[in-house]
Amino acid sequence: MDNNGAGRNGGLGVLWLLAIPFLVLWVPFYNRVEPTLFGFPFFYWFQLGWIFVSMIVTAVVYYATEPQDKTR
Amino acid sequence: MPLNITALVVFILFFVLVTFVGFASARWKKGDLDLLHEWGLAGGRFGTLITWFLLGGDLYTAYTFIAVPALAFGAGAVAFFAVPYTIVIYPFVFVVFPRLWSVARARGYITAADFIRGRYGDRWLALAIALTGILATMPYIALQLVGLEVVIAAMGVQLGGFLLYLPLIIAFAILAAFDYFSGLRAPAAIAIIKDLMIYVTVFAAVFVIPAEVGGWEKIFSAVPQQQLLLADNFGAYTGYATLFVGSAMALFLYPHSVTGVLSSSSRHVIRRNAALLPAYSFLLGLIALLGFMAIAVGVKAMPVYASGFAQFGNNFAVPALILQVFPAWFAGFAFAAIGIGALVPAAIMSIAAANLFTRNIYREFIRPECDPRTEARMAKTMSLVAKVGALLFIIYLPTAYAINMQLLGGIWIIQTFPAMILGLYTRWLDPKALLIGWVAGMICGTLMAWSTGFAPIYRLDIFGTVIPAYIAIYSVALNFAVSFALSFVFNAQSKAREDETMPGDYAVEAGPSGGFGH
Repeated sequence: MDNNGAGRNGGLGVLWLLAIPFLVLWVPFYNRVEPTLFGFPFFYWFQLGWIFVSMIVTAVVYYATEPQDKTR
Repeated sequence: MPLNITALVVFILFFVLVTFVGFASARWKKGDLDLLHEWGLAGGRFGTLITWFLLGGDLYTAYTFIAVPALAFGAGAVAFFAVPYTIVIYPFVFVVFPRLWSVARARGYITAADFIRGRYGDRWLALAIALTGILATMPYIALQLVGLEVVIAAMGVQLGGFLLYLPLIIAFAILAAFDYFSGLRAPAAIAIIKDLMIYVTVFAAVFVIPAEVGGWEKIFSAVPQQQLLLADNFGAYTGYATLFVGSAMALFLYPHSVTGVLSSSSRHVIRRNAALLPAYSFLLGLIALLGFMAIAVGVKAMPVYASGFAQFGNNFAVPALILQVFPAWFAGFAFAAIGIGALVPAAIMSIAAANLFTRNIYREFIRPECDPRTEARMAKTMSLVAKVGALLFIIYLPTAYAINMQLLGGIWIIQTFPAMILGLYTRWLDPKALLIGWVAGMICGTLMAWSTGFAPIYRLDIFGTVIPAYIAIYSVALNFAVSFALSFVFNAQSKAREDETMPGDYAVEAGPSGGFGH
């Protein structure tokens, strides 16, 4: 294995943040109606909301690793 | 369905617009379209925003817009798997696919199978990867036609006899022409229009419909109680979770995804898009909820839509909803969005399949000495063949075949995961072991799908415990096991490993000449 742009040395730890979106694998946690939000059962608003969590996490990791992954 | 003149006029106007854009796009980011990487990858010049539109238009297809809410309409909560599916995919893309971009740019690869050929030095493994890609893509193109067929019928265009398929043939002829002429630039330019139209349509639906039926509570309470959530048992959870993980593992292995990735102008474009593309996932979640809105509005019981439901089943739910709640001109706009939404992925898929055929079958096995211009001409011709094939598929075979084939396509394409994705990190796996693992996964997956009558979930009995899971996951697990076990054996016998790529190739910022490596 070699360097993955993000950097094997130094910036790698922050990549673990990318595991956060995968918490959506824990299906029984959100397979429920309550609490509802704006009329949406939990099952629906949790998964929709998790999209934003995923975007934020990816953006954070992007900015944290970009200095090693030099832009043109 | 009565002929809806207003909707049809709006629909046709937008088709004329995208036809014009499709042809004009040949001049965009000018390149020599007689070269394969220019025609088939737009020279790899697309920046962050265009790649966002292109991949958005490519991955979230017309069929998705029809089928996901249709599933919600008929089966409820399980349709929402489309949301976590696209949540887990992007962190994965962020980490893995810049490596594919870099090695492809360093070595001039245009297809996934090009990479396999270079990495493992094995033309047969590359052939297997190319064939899997073509085989998985063909029914997917055919299904885009289904999306188009449904919206055309919803506008009351019902021709009899040999004219039955005329509208589809016209739409595909337009598509084939600008594709041949402009290559990947055409769907990229059209994707911008189509994606904006889809966003407008969905946000209009989300604001207008809940107000009309009396709020989101009313919409969710219209869903049958036992379908509002997944069943509360282990099997329902493993089924749901493996369905979205398996779909996510498969998504970026499809040739049209690889084409989208490789056409971007830098590895950073891919990293940025991994953070930006989930915007479409949110859109897709809202689109799934259109199925619930259709239940709440009660379109299925309305006599005017009975013929549509009789012909297309639940796939008619969204068109019926659109006709019911929107004025005719906006229905025409929405149908144009879906119809153009069929053309964009169909264009990219047929270009991707053509690239695979040309590079990994024609040039590898039939005419190794062919010059770059012959290569590009071959690809253009093959993109036509792919479209005609898809058209014949829809005309001569029942739609159910295309749907079953597309399910199989997902199970097949995931069998390229070990060679492709692990190959981006290590050369430890032996190409022959990978090829045998691929065969095992293909056979196992196909048999499982056949035994369930082409339902995605297989109930495997593991030491007395029945665990329902997505067939793609079970079959690729077998593939992994075989590939690893045999690699141990083969690696013990021989130390020689052919590999034209260098470790540094996986992190390069540009090709040898700063552009495409040739």
